[in-house]
Amino acid sequence: MRQQIIVSGVGGQGAVTLTRWLGEAAMLLGLPVITSETHGMAQRGGTVISMVKVGGFRGPLIPWGAADVGLFLHGDNLAVHGGYVRPGGVRVVNTQAPGAHLGLDALGAALGLGLKPVAANLVLLGYAAGRGVLFCGAEVLAEVIRQQTPARFREDSLLAFGAGEAAAREAGG
Amino acid sequence: MTRPSLAQPAAPPGLSERLLLGNEAIGRALVEAGVSLAASYPGTPASEILAAVVAAAHETGAEVHAEWSINEKVAFETALANSMCGRRSAVAMKQVGLNVAADPFFRAAYLGVTGGFLVVAADDPGPHSSQTEQDSRLLALAAQVPVLDPMDPREAREMVHLGLQLSERYELPVMLRPTTRVCHARQNVPLGEVRPLERPARFVRDPGRWAATPVFVRELHWRLHDKLTALAGEAQWAPEFLPGEGGRPEKCIVASGAAAAHALDMLAELGAAGQVDFYRVRMPFPLPRPWVEQVLGTYREILVLEEPGPVMELQLGAGRVRGRQSGQVPGFGELTPEVLGRVLAGFLGMAAPEVPAPAAGGVRPTLCPGCGHRGVFYALRETFPQGIFPSDIGCYTLGINLGAVDTCHCMGAGISQAAGFYHAYAAGGDFPPIVATIGDSTFYHAGIPALINAVFHRARFILVILDNQTTAMTGHQPTPALGVTAQGRPATPVALPELVRACGVKFLREVEAYNLPEVKDILLEADRFCRSSEGGVAVLIARHPCLLTPEGRRQPRHRVRVTEGCVGCRHCLEAFECRGLRWEEAEGRAAIDPVTCVGCGVCVHVCPAGAIEAEAGG
Repeated sequence: MRQQIIVSGVGGQGAVTLTRWLGEAAMLLGLPVITSETHGMAQRGGTVISMVKVGGFRGPLIPWGAADVGLFLHGDNLAVHGGYVRPGGVRVVNTQAPGAHLGLDALGAALGLGLKPVAANLVLLGYAAGRGVLFCGAEVLAEVIRQQTPARFREDSLLAFGAGEAAAREAGG
Repeated sequence: MTRPSLAQPAAPPGLSERLLLGNEAIGRALVEAGVSLAASYPGTPASEILAAVVAAAHETGAEVHAEWSINEKVAFETALANSMCGRRSAVAMKQVGLNVAADPFFRAAYLGVTGGFLVVAADDPGPHSSQTEQDSRLLALAAQVPVLDPMDPREAREMVHLGLQLSERYELPVMLRPTTRVCHARQNVPLGEVRPLERPARFVRDPGRWAATPVFVRELHWRLHDKLTALAGEAQWAPEFLPGEGGRPEKCIVASGAAAAHALDMLAELGAAGQVDFYRVRMPFPLPRPWVEQVLGTYREILVLEEPGPVMELQLGAGRVRGRQSGQVPGFGELTPEVLGRVLAGFLGMAAPEVPAPAAGGVRPTLCPGCGHRGVFYALRETFPQGIFPSDIGCYTLGINLGAVDTCHCMGAGISQAAGFYHAYAAGGDFPPIVATIGDSTFYHAGIPALINAVFHRARFILVILDNQTTAMTGHQPTPALGVTAQGRPATPVALPELVRACGVKFLREVEAYNLPEVKDILLEADRFCRSSEGGVAVLIARHPCLLTPEGRRQPRHRVRVTEGCVGCRHCLEAFECRGLRWEEAEGRAAIDPVTCVGCGVCVHVCPAGAIEAEAGG
């Protein structure tokens, strides 16, 4: 199994966390994985991008136009990072706007559940897993979240992830 | 001859792999290898190394002294002395931190070390979060210190072990030079066992070495030269050779670090995997002499891929080498997969892959909603429209968005620059208001000597210390004011006001940063002091805990709203730049964004029409 995934967002939206959960999911499946993250000043509300490469890769960066999947935590980022996704690849986007992507109002869903805005990242991850576009199934990611999330955030995190999965089922995914 | 295998040390049975950030792999390996003192000053991309040392020591019960030192020079010297006692030691910093530590670094090469001493200097090709794009390997070359250049987190971990062994074998400091794409890559990394070294401190007095005067330094310089020559003669550090199929016998690729990893990925992407001889260099300085002679004698064209500078290229010489100096590789900048794809295709005579122009756009970083710095910058700009605002390095550099940061040079420079601006203008008579801003951690790091110098030479300016009680930009490391070490142990707090007074400052005020009317009043009072007959440097400590810390999250909140009184002047959006405020196009006025507003209520003081209201309890 080889898959290249980008996670695009704005500093503070939890792109690094998503990257980490995807990496941990690869570990659970026994797959080699290397990821790249944005740290430093851009984390203060600037545009950020993370990358996940599952399978036999050497370096952490994905070339432009080579990602199989893009997770976009902010709809505006499609204009900036959309081109990282290869022709025929899948873009999963936190947006209500229609387009050539799998869209979900993840922020609205998170707030609707009484969760913090940052939980939108896990809603989107659950949605992507539920739509079957990731290298791993939703149950693997749910297990990662159960194992890795501190006890006080665990329930909310699984709630957000489950909401994304449920939205995927409704969307027929 | 035994060759250090990079597949070793593998995880012993029972120890598994873990998904680790490159910096976590380095920190963990330092503890595994028996380092008993690790010191650091935080800076992207090196910040997570020391925290990983602390975590690994805690997890494994290893006895380690880990400290956030006040700056990189102090960190270096502290760790060096532990090595002089025969104990393994490490110091970690970002590339510009090595500039701060350059003085002890250069001399340490001459005097050498006793216990293994690893200098971790993390470079930032790009740059992504640094004021320069410099190559620490060039400093290693200048100082004559061997340097290891890991390709990924797994190799960074292995090189910690190998580097400490090398350091002890030659009694030399060894540099480990990861780049951003190693530090901030995560990978499945094998864990090793912790092998504690029973090495009680034993400092052997030898003034001719440890206090070497110039007459001894001459001898030590020869000894350093001999060590390097011996080290460069070791075939065991020969690069990893990945032979090609033989179709291009006249060409080879020489690559190190993350550039080697991405070059291998891009050769596969181009369908050219295994088509050309490939040497992956692990120690770019000193390059092993036998290998250099072999490569120069074998190939007509040698493509050198390294980041960010030409370190291997300099040693291989001109002529057959295609690299950053010869023009086949861009002269500077990160070797991203896109850049490498173009370079590799050109070298192999293939059609270059189409690469669109880099994506533009996106949003710029900005101070967090509720950040105490924002109001201070706003007050500065409003109070002194004609002011000059030297600043410094940290989150608060983002005050540039609010028009209240005119300079940002290097750690501590804002204060010295303020003094220099004063002397420059005072030479012509009158001087404008000069207000320097500096964060609390940066003040401890390099601001104190600058402040003493400014006071002593009777400069007249205002210094605002933005005290958010943490080192925020790099992940909230404690400052000396807090009285707690990197390991969570009690420490002796060193408070800012006492320090400022001890620097000779006669005007000091402390203020809650959210209280804009008071901040403005004090700024005016400080300006009057600067211009009075006995005036000098006036210092204002503006305090509010960083909202990303537990203390910051405990601060009282307000319910904030924009009333019908909003006249749509956009002053709050443009001069205050808080993402908690947004423009409502349909209504032609500003509004609170309930998702991002944290209810600090500071914008109440900003609205010229008095149309922002806040009530307690958000």
